[in-house]
Amino acid sequence: MYRYDEFDHDFVQARVAEFSDQVHRRLSGEITEDQFRPLRLMNGVYLQLHAYMLRIAVPYGTLNSKQVRMLGHIARKYDKGYGHFTTRQNIQFNWPALSDIPAILADLASVEMHAIQTSGNCIRNVTADHFAGAAADEVADPRPYAEILRQWSSVHPEFSFLPRKFKIAVTGAERDRAAIQTHDIGLHLKKNAAGELGFAVYIGGGQGRTPMVARKIRDFLPEADLLSYCTAILRVYNLYGRRDNKYKARIKILVHETGVEEITRQVEAEWQELKDAELKLPDGDIRAIEAYFAPPALADRPEGDQAVKLARLDSKGFSDWLDQNVVTHRHPDYAAVTISLKGIGEVPGDATDSQMEAVADIAEKYAFDELRVSHEQNLILPHVARADLRAVYDALAEIGLATANSNLISDIISCPGLDYCALATARSIPIAQEISQRFASLERQREIGELKLKISGCINACGHHHVGHIGILGVEKKGSELYQVTLGGSADENTSVGEIIGRGFSSEEITDAIETIVDTYLGLRLNPQEIFIDAYRRVGPAPFKEALYAGEAKAA
Amino acid sequence: MKILTANRLGDGIAVWYADGGWAETVGQADLAHDKAAEDRLEAIGAKAYANNEVVDVNLIDADVVDGVVEPVRLREKIRAAGPTIRNDLGKQAARAA
Repeated sequence: MYRYDEFDHDFVQARVAEFSDQVHRRLSGEITEDQFRPLRLMNGVYLQLHAYMLRIAVPYGTLNSKQVRMLGHIARKYDKGYGHFTTRQNIQFNWPALSDIPAILADLASVEMHAIQTSGNCIRNVTADHFAGAAADEVADPRPYAEILRQWSSVHPEFSFLPRKFKIAVTGAERDRAAIQTHDIGLHLKKNAAGELGFAVYIGGGQGRTPMVARKIRDFLPEADLLSYCTAILRVYNLYGRRDNKYKARIKILVHETGVEEITRQVEAEWQELKDAELKLPDGDIRAIEAYFAPPALADRPEGDQAVKLARLDSKGFSDWLDQNVVTHRHPDYAAVTISLKGIGEVPGDATDSQMEAVADIAEKYAFDELRVSHEQNLILPHVARADLRAVYDALAEIGLATANSNLISDIISCPGLDYCALATARSIPIAQEISQRFASLERQREIGELKLKISGCINACGHHHVGHIGILGVEKKGSELYQVTLGGSADENTSVGEIIGRGFSSEEITDAIETIVDTYLGLRLNPQEIFIDAYRRVGPAPFKEALYAGEAKAA
Repeated sequence: MKILTANRLGDGIAVWYADGGWAETVGQADLAHDKAAEDRLEAIGAKAYANNEVVDVNLIDADVVDGVVEPVRLREKIRAAGPTIRNDLGKQAARAA
């Protein structure tokens, strides 16, 4: 994986020193909160309900075991023994004292990590397919390009004060696991007819209070033009994006109000000025960054087939986990493993200090020292020999992280909600926990099949509810929590925004409502292969409305 | 009725103004029963903010239940107790211990 060069080291060290000084001056009263607030936000420090919150960047979701161990150390020493992995492939700590943050940042810097640009109206952490480098279906690893974008966007002087925050995601596969169409810029790495690498470029996707699916503005951008083209997009946005209204300031609004044809014309015109200048990426530079992401040497391990067969016979738990949480690797003797952070009734995305340390040990021993954070709030071991799967399963089971539910209804994305977040209007975690418990039976979950359920505790949609097959949005109505349900969203290569199905439900009613929706689906699907989203797209909302609300209409 | 709440600058912990200082629990917070008392609390909050003692200062609705002050809104109840999903964290943890 990418290793800091001398410039990166100096840059991060300089930032730690600078922000430490700012914290000391704030604590001694030399600077006011109004002066300090933008500085702390540029360094990932928020103020939430109970305490400060520190959001740490995990570029394109990639971590090594040393880094994960450090996260465990920070959780134990400075926080309350756990961290929360987020839908942005980052990690958040919920309880750090401001006075400890300089020490935390110094510890992070020692393992090449930081919290820079995890807040503010700048280009945020670039996200990528969590199976990058391992997926059997990708044309190339998208992370070298994410890293190039990271280097370019870090304290970019022109793009540090944009109208609003800006998020870029990259995938290298046709099957989009990085939700690129919900991002300000989505990049789909592909090959043209000549076999050259480049990108389909999407802009203007986003969630929040105005969800929009990104529009494709270019079918093939040669890889050498990545930075010049992104610069052109950012320039058009920086110039014309609205600064008068925070809620209309994202590029999605600009794309919508300008029209995709006109904004494409503007971007292309800007790009003509830039494309043959210093932003053109030299092939040598791309290949040099690519070399940092060279896959580990995967020795043939043909004994895996037999080992897996025997282990299946030996353990039903292993067999279930294998079916659900293990996916094909580009090397037939290997697999990519999803470590579910969605134990039944647990808090989605939370991991304890000792779990982090144990996972780091497993990655070091069995997975070439590599880990990923998925935007679905799970951890991934991208390269595990099939022959070692049983040992990995046993080690995960020992720390309570072997839940076999990847892509099932209990694999819920949930924002922190009103239990932690200062912006939230309702709780989301307890709803996730109750639904997870209601559908605890693995047999039942597998009968239901793939179902993406996503919960947000406010309209900002950190829990991606708009693109859940079933989405739940918690709002406050007359002093109580009310949960609106959307159906038919998805965040893959066929991204769609879910539709509100009808009146909302109280916290007591919502789990029953979800069960009604699931039972309705089971009753109308053509066959068990027709997953929820496909069935919904076929039949539309009517049968679900009928099941949820028909009784009321009759009563009225 | 209103009470004055904020987060302490150094550690960010939620605090409530009570008996001349900032208490870590809400139960004995000073109550403002009228506009004049609210103004007095607001002035205290503004001064503490200016003195860099606290941040995010707010006057919030409260009731007295069984002789103890309780915030009205769910958001403020959660601030006063801790995450509803983790009884071992926040103010409620100390109460349980």
